[in-house]
Amino acid sequence: MESCKKEIYLDNAATTRAFDEVGERVRDCLCRSYGNPSSLHGKGLEAEHIMRESIQVLADILKVPRESILLTSGGTESDNLAVLGAAQARRRKGRHIITSYLEHPAVLAPMQQLSEQGYEITYIKPDSQGVLHEDDVTDAVRDDTVLVSVMAVNNEIGSVQPVSAIAHKCKEKNPNVLIHCDAVQAFGKIPIFPRRQGIDLLSCSSHKIHGPKGVGALYVADPRMIRPILYGGGQQRDLRPGTENVAGIAGFALAARMVTDQMDQTEAHMRSLKELLIKGIASIEETHVHGSDFDPMWGAASIVSASFRGVSAEVLLHALEDKEIYVSSGSACSSNHPRVSDVLQAIGAAESDLGSTIRFSFSALNTEEEIRDTIRALKELVPVLRRFTRK
Amino acid sequence: MKFSHFLIKYGEIAVKGKNRNIFEDALGKQMRLALRRVDGSFVVEKKTGRFYVHCQGEYDYEGAVEALQKVFGIVGICPVYVFEDNGIESLKENVCAFVDEMYRDKHFTFKVQARRGNKKFPLNSMEINADVGEALLNAFPDTQVDVHHPDVTVYIEVREAFYVYSTILPGAGGMPVGTAGKAMLLLSGGIDSPVAGVRIAKRGALLEAVYFHAPPYTSERAKEKVVDLAKIMSSYTDSFKLHIVNFTDIQMEIYEKCPHEELTIIMRRYMMRIAEAFALESECLGLVTGESIGQVASQTMQSLRATNEVCTLPVYRPLIGFDKQEIIDEAEKIGTFETSILPYEDCCTIFVAKHPVTKPDPEAIRASEKLLEGSIERMVQEAVKTAEVISIKPQ
Repeated sequence: MESCKKEIYLDNAATTRAFDEVGERVRDCLCRSYGNPSSLHGKGLEAEHIMRESIQVLADILKVPRESILLTSGGTESDNLAVLGAAQARRRKGRHIITSYLEHPAVLAPMQQLSEQGYEITYIKPDSQGVLHEDDVTDAVRDDTVLVSVMAVNNEIGSVQPVSAIAHKCKEKNPNVLIHCDAVQAFGKIPIFPRRQGIDLLSCSSHKIHGPKGVGALYVADPRMIRPILYGGGQQRDLRPGTENVAGIAGFALAARMVTDQMDQTEAHMRSLKELLIKGIASIEETHVHGSDFDPMWGAASIVSASFRGVSAEVLLHALEDKEIYVSSGSACSSNHPRVSDVLQAIGAAESDLGSTIRFSFSALNTEEEIRDTIRALKELVPVLRRFTRK
Repeated sequence: MKFSHFLIKYGEIAVKGKNRNIFEDALGKQMRLALRRVDGSFVVEKKTGRFYVHCQGEYDYEGAVEALQKVFGIVGICPVYVFEDNGIESLKENVCAFVDEMYRDKHFTFKVQARRGNKKFPLNSMEINADVGEALLNAFPDTQVDVHHPDVTVYIEVREAFYVYSTILPGAGGMPVGTAGKAMLLLSGGIDSPVAGVRIAKRGALLEAVYFHAPPYTSERAKEKVVDLAKIMSSYTDSFKLHIVNFTDIQMEIYEKCPHEELTIIMRRYMMRIAEAFALESECLGLVTGESIGQVASQTMQSLRATNEVCTLPVYRPLIGFDKQEIIDEAEKIGTFETSILPYEDCCTIFVAKHPVTKPDPEAIRASEKLLEGSIERMVQEAVKTAEVISIKPQ
């Protein structure tokens, strides 16, 4: 599995390196089983079989019927289809939607779109640890509420949301409410079973779990819950037309199978890395770990978000990069537009921490030695960078 | 109307006496380079003191005009209708057809302006004007003649064939790139320096550029941005060399040893010194900066004097009298603005003091620089020696 280099990749919440097996599987599909699943001939049938088997793998992991899985181009499309599609399908039942300040832009931007079309959006605030309280969400549910969208694991600080409790309580208050969960950072890392948890729509992405980019899935409990956002040639029961990304889905399914089989071991492994890193960061002066202070058992095992006061996050990021250690400042999707993180603000992070927060995110491929090297690099760089700051 | 030819008007260079050939050759070369990037097949021809672009088959008209509008030295681009010399009657007929197609609404005033290059043609210019004008009035009764302020001027050139046009699209003006010397531009990721570089190119200069990179304080993306800016510039300036200097050590040294409020001035003095080293090496005749008086602390007249004194080459500052908004307008026009405002820190801003000196005393600055003696010389040498050179070509 290990391919040569000494680089230390700690930006797995942004994307992951594909497993070698996944790369081979994708290549095989692209170059050998390249048929169009809709074609009537044998080549098409072969591709269709691969696709069906792959969808079955995902369905088995989520313990849902195969028909409830839609293939998409990734997390963003899944979130868009869930939010816009559900709002459209339920437009006669009401125009009130509940979401949170923690959500990814792939959820927040379509919400913004809906609010311009006359929908009313209620944004729930998390507590200081970045966790939503089910009562806060339930209290916001009204008769005309049609959708509640909350994520499973926050991408910036790793807080885990009580999705199941939120889903059940909201539905108790208003059975018409649909529950969407953005599980992009959770799928394959923590157990997710939408039927048991009361989730109607669930977004997953392949490239966060060592699969190829450009492919994702949306679980839809009942096809009547959404309307399509793309129109075309009838594939996937017209809910998401377009020639299926057979190679992508095959790679996604293989990656999902691999991470799921190893989920417990990986969780324990990443938890120990998290503990190691947090201890290391704690030994550097003037640092702060977001969420539950320095408690490695808090939140997702895969994410550590910490601020190094007096150091510009971007500068520290590039200094680490110089040592071939790759991390993220804030959340990668927004890093092209340096701005203060909404999530950090929502959890009430200190002003001085906003511009100095680095996110470290792990995968099964990281090692203890890498974390030790990273701590060593931080201990060396942070004091130097603090010396050279704007006076 | 589909045009297959452009007549190219050039201004200043027509009056350059014996050097005229050099200027025309440079212009022809730049036109050919510009058109190489346009979809279509073009022949640039110099004939009887004019340039023509002949377009063969289908081509991207808008793209061709846009490309030609970036070539310095051109003052006007005229899409021209060319047809065989079959005598005055056929000329009248063809001009009427041309006007009919160009102007759907015939309520306009016009004049005809003919030039007879082929002196064997039986009518002189005045007679052609009168004959064709009359034909137009007869064909389109709604039109009127107005020789002073016409809505439409129909230009006719009688040469080996007839050339008719009524549109003159503005060119960029200036002098063809390659007709002046070479200059070294201090290029940052900001709004000003790309505009300054293009301004200098407009006077015929060839460019080289130097960018000061300060990893990890400035990111790889900041460097990419500068390369992108340089590529946009190069559609005006022709290909050029971009020197990328690692400036971190020098900056740190200044930061540690010199008074903080003088940091920017001293830093800029070292930038000028390094730029001059490259300039002399590449046989440049001057440095170019995007400075404008009073824009920031390091661009007061006192600061400019302090940074200027370390150079022996002339420092050209084409934007010196520009307001910020004027610079922005020009950046938008040449297409660098959108890239310039991408938010990556550059090394000028990252350590800037809260209250930098605005009226630096040259004596004091020189005294502060004494503090760097013994270490800085080697760092400067190292920075020059290790600079990366990227060759910038228009895309």
